[in-house]
Amino acid sequence: MSFPWAKQYEPRQPLMKWLDEKLPLPRLVYNAVGAGYPVPRNLNYFWNFGVLAGAALAIQIITGIVLAMHYAANAGVAFNSVEHIMRDVNAGWFIRYAHMNGASMFFIVVYLHIFRGLYYGSYKAPREMVWLLGVVIFLLMMATAFMGYVLPWGQMSFWGAQVITGFFSAIPIVGEPIRQWLLGGFAPDNAALNRFFSLHYLLPFVIAGVVILHIWALHIPGSNNPTGIEVKDEQDTVPFHPYYTAKDGFGLGVFLLVFVLLAFFSPNLLGHADNYIPANPLSTPAHIVPEWYFWPFYAILRAFTFNFLWIDAKLWGVIAMFASIALLFFLPWLDSSPVKSSTYRPLYKKFFWVLVVDVLVLGYCGKSPAEQPYVIMSQIAAAYYFAHFLIILPIVSRIERPAPMPNSITEAVLAKHADDTSAATA
Amino acid sequence: MVRPLGFLVGLGFIAALLCAIFTTPLTNEPSAAHEFHKEPRHLALASDGLFPRWDLQKIQRGMQVYKEVCSACHSLNHVAFRDIGELGYTEGQVKSFAKGFQVPSINPDTGEPATRDGLPSDYFPAPYANEVAARAANNNALPPDLSLIVKAREGGKDYVYSLLTGFQNPPANLPDSLKPATGLHYNPYFANLNLAMAPPLHDGQVTFADGSPNDVKSMASDVAAFLVWTAEPKLVKRVQVGWAVALFLVIFCVLAYLSYRNIWADKKH
Repeated sequence: MSFPWAKQYEPRQPLMKWLDEKLPLPRLVYNAVGAGYPVPRNLNYFWNFGVLAGAALAIQIITGIVLAMHYAANAGVAFNSVEHIMRDVNAGWFIRYAHMNGASMFFIVVYLHIFRGLYYGSYKAPREMVWLLGVVIFLLMMATAFMGYVLPWGQMSFWGAQVITGFFSAIPIVGEPIRQWLLGGFAPDNAALNRFFSLHYLLPFVIAGVVILHIWALHIPGSNNPTGIEVKDEQDTVPFHPYYTAKDGFGLGVFLLVFVLLAFFSPNLLGHADNYIPANPLSTPAHIVPEWYFWPFYAILRAFTFNFLWIDAKLWGVIAMFASIALLFFLPWLDSSPVKSSTYRPLYKKFFWVLVVDVLVLGYCGKSPAEQPYVIMSQIAAAYYFAHFLIILPIVSRIERPAPMPNSITEAVLAKHADDTSAATA
Repeated sequence: MVRPLGFLVGLGFIAALLCAIFTTPLTNEPSAAHEFHKEPRHLALASDGLFPRWDLQKIQRGMQVYKEVCSACHSLNHVAFRDIGELGYTEGQVKSFAKGFQVPSINPDTGEPATRDGLPSDYFPAPYANEVAARAANNNALPPDLSLIVKAREGGKDYVYSLLTGFQNPPANLPDSLKPATGLHYNPYFANLNLAMAPPLHDGQVTFADGSPNDVKSMASDVAAFLVWTAEPKLVKRVQVGWAVALFLVIFCVLAYLSYRNIWADKKH
């Protein structure tokens, strides 16, 4: 694992020596996120988001455990118990707003982390397993976030649960029984709320487990970098600590600052007013809208309005929505270009930015009501989304001529600095 | 294998979407209600913005409006009498305020349902025993609980204020289908324009001890200020703590950035 020039852990204190012999936990940490992990010297700020996602997970687990001490997962009192936290629990408003907005912050950094991977080709060999585990984490996050949103048992909680569990009823013949089995009833009710709470408490720890695998798999080839060129020798790297712990410390500060501005100054900005109305199965909200991080997928779901090839439009929507994430599992093999970084892929780079705009358009459509022009916008954008990954990317990776690349990371760094100096003297 | 299969799957989705594009009508069903609906008017309150504070006099007046007018139909389930201690009332005033309400209880001798004087630990009692009673008394409409109404409506306090002051005669060009039915009242700030609630406020309805103006707009503004407080009694504290935390983090970021630059000083990257 890792590179031959990686620093070795050498305990000096007798206690640490003793511990290293019995249980080399400090050695593990040293090799994982300490001076024992050599990292490319040229990482930019986009490489902060992995650590930030880990921090966001930790914040969610800590605030979530405290919330669970005060929350009651019973359909009769769940809504009131959240208001009890907001009004009567010491600093309960802070814990609850931190958890609620912490979910949004988690998704923001994870989306940036994913797009970083797409831009710099981090999903390609030798890091396919890192990418695959990342997609698993993303799926687990989505399930966890959905079930967490149900817990306050407001109107959007209830109707969101109704819509999302309704996906299963799109499956022919067995769909409706599966849905009833998952919900423990004909509609979301106490049984569903209880199991969602149980799973919402469980899944973050599953995520933490897969995060460990994700980091483990990363440490075998080592981190990718903005040039996409693999590390060749020691001068290409710096030890993780102190170089990247210092940089991540700064990144964490900025992340927390944005988090604080959201949670303290505008905590309901990303929420929906209807979720402050207690769940009412007899009153459907005018617009059922999921949380912002599901908008692009919600737009894909609703884009399918035609019973194509005798398959019901609803089933098409559900299949397409799951496929839009599942196709990410095949990405390392859909893109056959050996060049990783977009810096040296002029054609791919253009399509990458089109994809970014496309996903933003999908998000905007997912937020908007199901009327024109949003329906046709979402249909075109959804078509492009699938075209990008399944048609354009395989063709581009075949016909593209990569730009000339430096021989090593160090050469790229020194060339950049030579440019800077000549620009400064000129 | 992955690429040819992916290509086919991609074509399948695109074909389904193309069919959907060409079969979905490009025009929306006309919605006349949309045309007459109005966005809420802005109401400026001391609790707005980056330096919010509670205007206690105004909130106290708003509470009086709630007690004398709104509470006839609307509950305030999440607010306890003890909470109004935060509005500048003394402990004695809170106790006597609570005592002015009768809350459900049981007779300690017989176990029969009874009522007793309110205590600071009690919550504002609801005007109706249950939803059926509330609907029966209100032409089958259910008056919503007001504790969270400011957070539970798009537009928040602006919406509450606009709705309370927005009752008017229907415009002459309003289609018949949108004209208020018997027992409904026209209000362009309400989603479907016709509201079961009759105009609740009229000029001079409540007399304030401090002689503040008691026209409809002033009372609506006062009660909106009160409902901002009931929706989030910790709002002012939240923003104050937010400033302290943000300031701490700005200093942290500066120090973290300087130590980052210092550590990397000898490394080109």
